[in-house]
Amino acid sequence: MLTLEARPAPSRAMSVASPLIALAVTVVVGALLFSALGKDPVRGLQMFFYEPIKSGYALGELAVKAVPLALIALGLSLCFRSNVWNIGAEGQFIVGAIAGAGVAMTADATTGRWIVAAVLLAGMLGGLAWAGIVALLRDRFNANEILVSLMLVYVADMLLSYLVYGPWKDPKGYNFPQTITFLKATQVPRLFDGSRVNLGLPIALALVGLFWVFMFRTFAGFQQQVGGLAPLAARYAGFSSRRALWTALLVSGATAGLAGALEVAGPLGQLTPYVPVGYGFAAIIVAFVGRLHPVGVVFAAVLMSMFYIGGELAQSRLGLPKSLTGVFQGLLLFALLACDTLIHYRVRRRKAPAAAAPTSARALRAQGGA
Amino acid sequence: MTRLQLIDISKQYPGVRANDRISLSVEPGQIHAVLGENGAGKSTLMKIIYGAVQPDEGRILWNGRPVAPRNPQEARALGVSMVFQHFSLFDTLTAAENVWLGLGRSLSLAQVVARIREVAGAYGLDIDPLRPVHTLSVGERQRIEIVRALLADPQLLILDEPTSVLTPQAVDKLFGTLRKLAATGCSILYISHKLDEIRALCHHCTVLRAGRVTGEVDPTRETNASLSRLMIGAEPPELRHDAPQPGEVRLAVRDLSLPRADQFGTSLSEVRLDVRAGEIVGVAGVSGNGQQELLAALSGEDPRAPRGSILLFDRDISRASPRKRRRAGLHFVPEERLGRGAVPTLSLAQNTLLTRTHTVGPLGWVRPGELRALAARLIERYGVKAAGPDAPARSLSGGNLQKFLVGREIDADPKVLIVSQPTWGVDVGASAQIRAALLALRDAGCAVLVVSEELDELFELADRLVVIAQGRLSPSMPVAQATVERVGEWMSGLWPNAAAPAEQRRTVDAHA
Repeated sequence: MLTLEARPAPSRAMSVASPLIALAVTVVVGALLFSALGKDPVRGLQMFFYEPIKSGYALGELAVKAVPLALIALGLSLCFRSNVWNIGAEGQFIVGAIAGAGVAMTADATTGRWIVAAVLLAGMLGGLAWAGIVALLRDRFNANEILVSLMLVYVADMLLSYLVYGPWKDPKGYNFPQTITFLKATQVPRLFDGSRVNLGLPIALALVGLFWVFMFRTFAGFQQQVGGLAPLAARYAGFSSRRALWTALLVSGATAGLAGALEVAGPLGQLTPYVPVGYGFAAIIVAFVGRLHPVGVVFAAVLMSMFYIGGELAQSRLGLPKSLTGVFQGLLLFALLACDTLIHYRVRRRKAPAAAAPTSARALRAQGGA
Repeated sequence: MTRLQLIDISKQYPGVRANDRISLSVEPGQIHAVLGENGAGKSTLMKIIYGAVQPDEGRILWNGRPVAPRNPQEARALGVSMVFQHFSLFDTLTAAENVWLGLGRSLSLAQVVARIREVAGAYGLDIDPLRPVHTLSVGERQRIEIVRALLADPQLLILDEPTSVLTPQAVDKLFGTLRKLAATGCSILYISHKLDEIRALCHHCTVLRAGRVTGEVDPTRETNASLSRLMIGAEPPELRHDAPQPGEVRLAVRDLSLPRADQFGTSLSEVRLDVRAGEIVGVAGVSGNGQQELLAALSGEDPRAPRGSILLFDRDISRASPRKRRRAGLHFVPEERLGRGAVPTLSLAQNTLLTRTHTVGPLGWVRPGELRALAARLIERYGVKAAGPDAPARSLSGGNLQKFLVGREIDADPKVLIVSQPTWGVDVGASAQIRAALLALRDAGCAVLVVSEELDELFELADRLVVIAQGRLSPSMPVAQATVERVGEWMSGLWPNAAAPAEQRRTVDAHA
């Protein structure tokens, strides 16, 4: 009989191994899934784990998807570490995209390259403001931030639809719900020819460093995390829980908004109703798979990006449904949570209980009482 | 026939052998004490008897027959009942309804009420079965738990630290009940670390230390010192308590009234208190009488105190944040070590940052080297057993973490130190060390306020005593003039000139 037994101290080896075991479990279940669907499992897994990294171009595409995921997940990591449950990064992403697009559309033939900075800044402010609504309602009326942030996603979605179907619709766009294609000057500069990777990648990597320093080397970051780990200790120490709430939401809103602006001013180049593709929600998984650690988030974002690309390839080349991407994401998170148990517990083989069956309690009691 | 016999019971937990070949036998009608420090293995042993934990080795004989209760239901069916230290009662239900919940459906509520009255009458436990639990005092709640246990008609009743929540008068009453119960032939296993109680009540005593039996004695023939030797392997070190030399008033509380923050809290009313430099003032009282609320108001965790009600060096601090108060020299060690005094998952070094911010550099830069040096110094100076400055707070035992936390605040050279339950759940050796540190601090001229539920501790530490009851604070009395009886009376709110409102009287009746 196998039993779980609490470890005296959490295992360090396991906290590193757990994501790897989870990945292995995901691969095995994925292979079984492909077989069950009547496809060659090796080819299926190739779509997810080899095709996205086989060439420079493929790596570039991988980065294009990983950058927004990593940016949003960085902000969410800080949020979740502060015990603030911002589930609405998707909405902040959308509003960031809208704000960025709004600035980008003001450009004309004479506008310089500085406009890119303005676009990105507008995106950050847009996301920040959207998350600020959540913070305000939480702070002022103690409204649940999970519900408020989630519901604001749908409001943001409606706002986007209103703009692209209404005032911002391209007059020459054959009545399609989309804005004009932004001018060349507003494009986020690409890093290499022949690849869509742009300035977003170095920005994201710089932010990884910045977040690491803030979380682990500043007193403000420490206060932020104590509020999440032990609210009573934060109160005892005199750390402000209001400040932690506002910081967490504004920072995560700004990173999500930045991701949104990078997306519209980068690969998309215009605002359409299809800007939101679920990065904001996938980033929640990225944050947790990355252990809410800035560096972990990078790896998790790359992995999640592989799933996105793999899912699309499986769709086009193997004729599998698109929902496979979601299945893989879910599998990974599920497996990770299960494997995390092994950090605090270990599996032990236990001898079967002693053969001598306990005598009937009632019978004994009758005798004993006599 | 021997009621219960344990033979070579062992239980291994990861990293600790909680029970190591423990043998013990209980006769019918015997009040049998199990004495030991926190972590000696008492609780594990009782859980084994009660079926909540299975032993790795060893045998249990019940009335001469081998048994192996796999869960508490089986143990109860044998005739074992247990009263836990922490009650499990629903506040919104009446006493009778709570008891009824634990019984089968065979009885109607009216029958249960009648049975409770019958059992309560037989053992001199006065409780009103129809009162809702939230209106009852802690002593009354415990009586419900005992009646609930007795309704099962047990042959063995296990009581886990039953007196930790009672006034001295209520303790006497409990002992009366237990003696009556034993006289009817019911065996009692009495878990405690209080030597006086065991000597007053018990017929036989098994002493545990570090999971092993270190003595089988007749407690009535032992002294506190000899029992303590068996329990900790040494006599508790004597504390030097010189006469106090009180100086100026450092902390003053002036007519502090504070409505309770939640429905289970206690409102403070017109609390008046002075703490002077160079003295230790002790606050006695049964838990839940406003200690938490008073401490939160003093520490700044509850910033609602009316202006002018709390003065530090004559400056109003009633609305200041805990950090401001700390900067002004007021430090506080809370009762809950993990989760309030320290963040469980963070290292000791990081935990110094909660109250010691001088290591923070310009621009809020954290300097890990200095944090670790500070933690290492505290570990060394206060004899904290820890793997090092990087050990997470939760990896320490209660006593060692308490030494670290008390050390963290003392090391800050406080002008006023407030300590809640300084040695709650701390073993004897560490307790002595913590008390000595507090006395040394007093002698160095610090004003110290100690809140504790253990009267012995207050008698040992304090120069003056005040008592808190129903959110009111008694006048102070010098410890030299204090007796257990007098403090016990005050704990019920009966001090001279005390305006006793109706609710207070009710509790007093209940304790009487």
